[in-house]
Amino acid sequence: MGHGPRSGTAATTGGAVTVGVLALQGDVREHVALLDRLGAVPRLVRTPADTDGIRGLVLPGGESTTMSLLLESSRLDAELARLVTEGMPMLGTCAGMILLASEVLDGRPDQIALGAIDISVRRNGFGRQVESFETDLDVKGFDDPMHAVFIRAPLVERVGEGVDVLSEVELPRAPGIEPPGGEGRWRSPVVCSRDNVIVAAFHPELSGDLRLHELLLRRIEGD
Amino acid sequence: MSVTERTTGTARVKRGLAEMLRGGVIMDVVNAEHAKIAEDAGAVAVMALERVPADIRRDGGVARMSDPALIEAIQAAVTVPVMAKARIGHFAEAQVLEALQVDYIDESEVLTPADEEHHIDKWAFRIPFVCGATNLGEALRRISEGAAMIRSKGEAGTGNVVEAVRHLRSVIGDIRKITTADSAERYAWAKRLQAPVELVEEVAATGHLPVPLFCAGGLATPADAALVMQLGAEAVFVGSGIFKSEDPARRARAIVEATAHFEDPSIVAKVSKGLGVPMAGQEISALEVKLADRGW
Repeated sequence: MGHGPRSGTAATTGGAVTVGVLALQGDVREHVALLDRLGAVPRLVRTPADTDGIRGLVLPGGESTTMSLLLESSRLDAELARLVTEGMPMLGTCAGMILLASEVLDGRPDQIALGAIDISVRRNGFGRQVESFETDLDVKGFDDPMHAVFIRAPLVERVGEGVDVLSEVELPRAPGIEPPGGEGRWRSPVVCSRDNVIVAAFHPELSGDLRLHELLLRRIEGD
Repeated sequence: MSVTERTTGTARVKRGLAEMLRGGVIMDVVNAEHAKIAEDAGAVAVMALERVPADIRRDGGVARMSDPALIEAIQAAVTVPVMAKARIGHFAEAQVLEALQVDYIDESEVLTPADEEHHIDKWAFRIPFVCGATNLGEALRRISEGAAMIRSKGEAGTGNVVEAVRHLRSVIGDIRKITTADSAERYAWAKRLQAPVELVEEVAATGHLPVPLFCAGGLATPADAALVMQLGAEAVFVGSGIFKSEDPARRARAIVEATAHFEDPSIVAKVSKGLGVPMAGQEISALEVKLADRGW
């Protein structure tokens, strides 16, 4: 079974952009496949040396607590913090969104939050697996709705100043429970962006929708 | 923005959680304290059960679904997904586990089978199922019944990885052969495997199972994890191997590192140092009960 390309491929091939995919755990293969289809050169990132020459980074879905521990032991935590400071374009889905957030609620106390985008997220905010769902979403800037797969997804509970909310999902109303959006808002942001960072609470890589990855490539090329 | 339908319990959502566990370690735990140790060590999920397989073997008797109170205590203790086991064919136990909102149900040969002919109709549930398989035919039959993840059926509770290796090599070896089979041969494969031809066609086209393939049974060391990952497993289950060893927390952490970095022997070497005594292993030929023979 494919584990995707080995790390250490050439930084560029015929002008194509090399994009890292954090490959410590999670649905790495699907992200690699999407980047391949878009003509980028995916690079698996498991150690700090693997980031050499990448111009963008995708943080996949998976278990954020596990990835957090593996980031620490591989010393990738400091390396990713450096890349965030440098303003490298990044895309995080689900667990990747949690890692890129500035605040993690219901996480482990020592969980890594890289602070690449100023949002607060609650892990498993939509509930357990039995509540995992698929739906169609309108996304700002996209002509057609996006089919979104939410798996034990994180819930964005706060969005900082300057963060663009590109899409929201309707939340099921439950009597006697305060809407998590506050002030009667039964919606929650599920795609957010700030500068070079794009995060989604769902998995475009599972439905094979290329558009958020395309957006990342456009940010890399400076559009 | 329009209000759109949301659908739950789809095949994509069920298989999706398995995709998220790839590259990770799922650990057997028997209480909340073990569950915390597992989560702290980096487990991607825990399997809640009353006794680890080594103890089930030792005690004998009928092994059943765990006490719901125990499962709830473990759900309360951790934030990672919690799985639990139902007996083969025991759909009422599975209904109870669904009511408890466990994240995955393992229809498991480690428990005493409740039905000698039928597995659970897994399409009838919103919760995803994982099932064991010793070969490709068994894997495809379980998938046709609705399993959203397949794992090997290595002899649980033995600390001996040999059976899991046999199953992985059998499943992956046959997949490799099917990808080069012509259309007439694919019908013959379906017949030989006793599996739906549609699934055989899908395997031939994609080169892998329609659902993730994990390894379970007999893993005890970081090198065991690296071995099965290199053979093509996409994640590993570790049962008795952790909490029957001298230093469970360290061993658990080491297996997590080895699973993530399975292609890097220097990291596997580093994390394998000074882990203390692993669980005592057993020769498969000396076993009184072979669990892999359960399931049809």
